[in-house]
Amino acid sequence: MSVFASPDVPGFGSDLPIPWWLLLVKAVAIFVFLVVMTLFAIWWERRVVARMQHRIGPNRVGPFGLLQSLADGVKLALKEDIIPKAADKVVFVLAPIISVTPAFMAFAVIPFGPEVSIFGHRTALQLTDLPVAVLYVLAVASVGIYGIVLAGWSSGSTYPLLGGLRSSAQMISYEVAMGLSFVGVFIYAGSMSTSQIVAAQTQYWYAILLAPSFVIYVVSMVGETNRAPFDLPEAEGELVGGFHTEYSSLKFALFFLAEYINMVTVSALATTLFLGGWHAPFGVTSFWAGANHGWWPIIWFVLKVLIALFVFIWLRGTLPRLRYDQFMRLGWKVLIPSSLGWLLLVATVRAVNAQYNLQSRDVLLYGGAGIVVILLLTFIPDLLATRPSEEPEGEPEWDAMAGGHPVPPMPGQSRPVLTGARASDDDDDLPTEDDT
Amino acid sequence: MTAYVPIIVLGAIALGFAMFSIVAGALTGPRRYNRAKLDAYECGIEPTPQPVGGGRFPVKYYLTAMLFIIFDIEIVFLYPWAVYFDSLRIFGLVEMVLFIATLLVVYAYVWRRGGLDWD
Repeated sequence: MSVFASPDVPGFGSDLPIPWWLLLVKAVAIFVFLVVMTLFAIWWERRVVARMQHRIGPNRVGPFGLLQSLADGVKLALKEDIIPKAADKVVFVLAPIISVTPAFMAFAVIPFGPEVSIFGHRTALQLTDLPVAVLYVLAVASVGIYGIVLAGWSSGSTYPLLGGLRSSAQMISYEVAMGLSFVGVFIYAGSMSTSQIVAAQTQYWYAILLAPSFVIYVVSMVGETNRAPFDLPEAEGELVGGFHTEYSSLKFALFFLAEYINMVTVSALATTLFLGGWHAPFGVTSFWAGANHGWWPIIWFVLKVLIALFVFIWLRGTLPRLRYDQFMRLGWKVLIPSSLGWLLLVATVRAVNAQYNLQSRDVLLYGGAGIVVILLLTFIPDLLATRPSEEPEGEPEWDAMAGGHPVPPMPGQSRPVLTGARASDDDDDLPTEDDT
Repeated sequence: MTAYVPIIVLGAIALGFAMFSIVAGALTGPRRYNRAKLDAYECGIEPTPQPVGGGRFPVKYYLTAMLFIIFDIEIVFLYPWAVYFDSLRIFGLVEMVLFIATLLVVYAYVWRRGGLDWD
């Protein structure tokens, strides 16, 4: 059975399964959804962070300040479009386009809901259903990195260059951990198609079944989107604004749009792969049988995406930014080995189960073993690190001239006993611990 | 290939929007010449002259990129195995464990030689 002609994926391999106007309606709907989500997410982020900091946040433009981000967009459009003298003009203009277009395209494979009827046509609430959907999302998201690194390079300025490089190094580092965290899901679902992964989660969500994979995915999705506490490419204290320092007007707005769309995309991916997709949360179907049919699943989908976005904002409001070496260490030395270890564990247990038909206890087994493995793995960096000894051996000899100019001793330091005739009578003005 | 047509449509809409925004931004904004405004931004001081061909940056970024390629290829091999896991069973598992173990040797070597450290 070839992956590319899988007969169980609806609408694949046949002629265009839906009329062209319906396709256009769906594409425009996804476009509008993403733009509206971006405008909403910016407003929501500002409101939530404001609440966390005991402020009110934007509340003037429109009801509850909801139109604030729209007003900001209009303001940006009315600002001067500056192309710096040192910039590589063509690449400088192309970079925001390269950044924002793949961000939109990645959403084409995300399922919003089951089959519904639109003007008499039965069609799934998903733009297209590829057998390699998740691979496609990863591929398209990687193209967006080009936009960032080209923006940094073409600006002809130091801060954007370093910001762009950091950003791309960060995104590719965390993409490895992200890619590895998906493997467990594929093993369970037996497919890379987003619709089939959602269909496989009717009983258990993979966030529960594959909890360590989910944790690794959540950490790497924050790193992948360059968000706090991993927002090193935009570290204001070091790099001004990172790769978009030289951008202004709507070009800057496009980068902003791309960043927020990427946030929505990784949240939607988390929803689809780990949080049951458009399925209603547990318990809802017990008192409302229709919760998983018709148009209702869109509510669950959007709700889950909004919760994931809230986690992004929550992290930003809570955690300080990491240092770059700490950040790279987390990615390469913690996330990658732990996801590989977890993956081997999942594969082994599942293969043994399939071989010997031990189906019942695997949820328990995975959960317990996974927690143990994660806990053990957290010790590895500690064991390997050479710790500075807590107590320095003996009292270090205090050298008054160590800094190039004479300094008095700190509390706890004692002056060495000076030899010579004048040592005992001229140091009365500097009290030390020996004097008391 | 018809499954890819909707992606191209969505991409065309996004591309159109991006190009429209860039053109619109150039048209709607004001245009007031100022020499300092067109200089590279360096917190208000005179910009440092850049060497020809762009600024220099640490070689560590190349190393990260190469490591990324190694692990990304590993992932590319892992995905098909994961999808057909249930039909490959123990045979596939043993094969994949051998593959990952080979890569782990590389990984341990890079770690030991400080390739993963960022000074």
